[in-house]
Amino acid sequence: MVKEGLLYAKSHEWIEVDGKEGKVGISDYAQHLLGDIVFVELPEEDAEIDKEDSFGVVESVKAASDVYMPVTGKIIEINEELEDEPELLNKDAYKNFIMKIEILDESQLDDLLTKEQYEAYIETIEHE
Amino acid sequence: MNNYNALIIDHSRPGRRGYTLRNTEVDQIDLSEVFGSDLLRKESAELPEVSEPEVVRHFTNLSKKNFAVDEGMYPLGSCTMKYNPKINEEVAALAGFNNVHPLQPMSTVQGSLEVMYGLQNALKSISGMDQVSLLPSAGSQGELAGLMIIKAYLRENNQQYRNKIIIPDSSHGTNPASATMAGFETITIPSNENGTVDLQALKDAVGEDTAGFMLTNPNTLGLFETDILEIAEIVHGVGGLLYYDGANMNANLGITRPGDMGFDVLHYNLHKTFATPHGGGGPGSGPIGVKEKLVDFLPGHYIEKTDDGYTFSDNPKHTIGKVRSFHGNFGVMLKAYSYILSMGSDGLVSASQLAVLNANYLKESLKEDYVLPIKSVCKHEFVLSGLIEANGASTLDIAKRMMDYGYHPMTIYFPLIVEEAMMIEPTETETKETLDGFIIALKEIAEEAKTSPEKLKEAPISTLVRRLDEVTAARKPILTWK
Repeated sequence: MVKEGLLYAKSHEWIEVDGKEGKVGISDYAQHLLGDIVFVELPEEDAEIDKEDSFGVVESVKAASDVYMPVTGKIIEINEELEDEPELLNKDAYKNFIMKIEILDESQLDDLLTKEQYEAYIETIEHE
Repeated sequence: MNNYNALIIDHSRPGRRGYTLRNTEVDQIDLSEVFGSDLLRKESAELPEVSEPEVVRHFTNLSKKNFAVDEGMYPLGSCTMKYNPKINEEVAALAGFNNVHPLQPMSTVQGSLEVMYGLQNALKSISGMDQVSLLPSAGSQGELAGLMIIKAYLRENNQQYRNKIIIPDSSHGTNPASATMAGFETITIPSNENGTVDLQALKDAVGEDTAGFMLTNPNTLGLFETDILEIAEIVHGVGGLLYYDGANMNANLGITRPGDMGFDVLHYNLHKTFATPHGGGGPGSGPIGVKEKLVDFLPGHYIEKTDDGYTFSDNPKHTIGKVRSFHGNFGVMLKAYSYILSMGSDGLVSASQLAVLNANYLKESLKEDYVLPIKSVCKHEFVLSGLIEANGASTLDIAKRMMDYGYHPMTIYFPLIVEEAMMIEPTETETKETLDGFIIALKEIAEEAKTSPEKLKEAPISTLVRRLDEVTAARKPILTWK
């Protein structure tokens, strides 16, 4: 399932843009691929992280996976609920964001995928 | 399978003792007078108070619940669970080795030094490196020491700007961890469709900030990196160093040498390649080998032969510092050297050849029932990608069911680049009959998945504890016995 209205990175993060801010999480496809998520390492508030650099780790029974910034931004809020209940990402990967960021370079949003483009991208990697 | 399931503390009764020292003629000393009362603990340690037979029965019963390579086949990919010949234990138990102290005068431990010198030379000649340090006490520590050597070498040459280590996505998980610990940034590059290093991706990733490239060869898919000379040229061409993860040396013994491939530094895992105990049976040993230009950076002394006998070298000029007290895990070195000498150079070559033959025999025999993503000839191990007709059965289900058939499961869900990965490494020490039994078991499991899939979902049924709830264990771990 891919949610309408969000922008997606090929590394399977989404961003929901609201003016100069954005909520960031991982896609339903990513949580499904990882399986039962047991730990989320959240970033530090106020940190500025470049596009495509790692901002945290999502760990499942199968694997530990870095998660990457869809665009360059400053962390303004983290979803602390995930510290105690990492399984929220399995339950609803779109409702449960990982963090809110201040978008520092809005032009980078143009590089991200729309719902349709991301669906098509998943299609191509599934058939590899 | 016995049902014994107690903790040693469950047997504890106040005042019970294994043995007591009677009628001591030595006066008791008040410890607070010697150390000061602030250094003494206020409450006594909660140690189990048990009799000697209880201790022996406790651990013997626990050991019977374990699965060991002395009981059956242990095809845990990437771990090289070969049989450890018992002669190694006998050698390591000899009083002349077993009762020496690391601070004894050198003239009284010439035999021990000769063993270390011999092992050092054997490891040099097997790897094609110029000098070896036996100090690191585990493969992971060797890896970290190796990367610290690269770091120190670059610093000495005023190239601190080289801060990136490139690692293929088929690498061992320890590689990025060691590189990060040593203060480097890691760049991961993808593998090509054959499962080996993508040369274009490597060319794109290297630059003047490249400190080095870490490679396991054969890689975690069990594939030999056929472009290895070109890879070495690309990395050396930009001034980077080549690090060799020796975890998979079991496929190479006497056939190819990392030194000849162009590698500058490598670590060995003695417990894998040279048949010394693994993990809890440890301790471990992870010697490192380096080319001439890095000898000055080794983590401490190595052994030298002089006209007056064997002696320790001076501390290397730019040493990264000792990574281990005294001389490393000598007991493990004894076992490894015993293995190397009893095998002989011909024997080591045969071991690698048989390890490769056994892996290919299993691979070819299982590909009708299991997905084989990389079809080329493998080295000492190979990776399957779950059942062709899975019928809902996951790799985890297959692994659990194998326990009911009397086998230790293979490595699962690694490497990460293969979905539902099943990584199988039979090693050279299994006979054809054992391999055939293993093939039959995996084919029966494939049949069960079609006809009675519930058997896989319920597995294991023959073990003391059934399938454990790994998710809850990871999310809500209970870390103390209370």
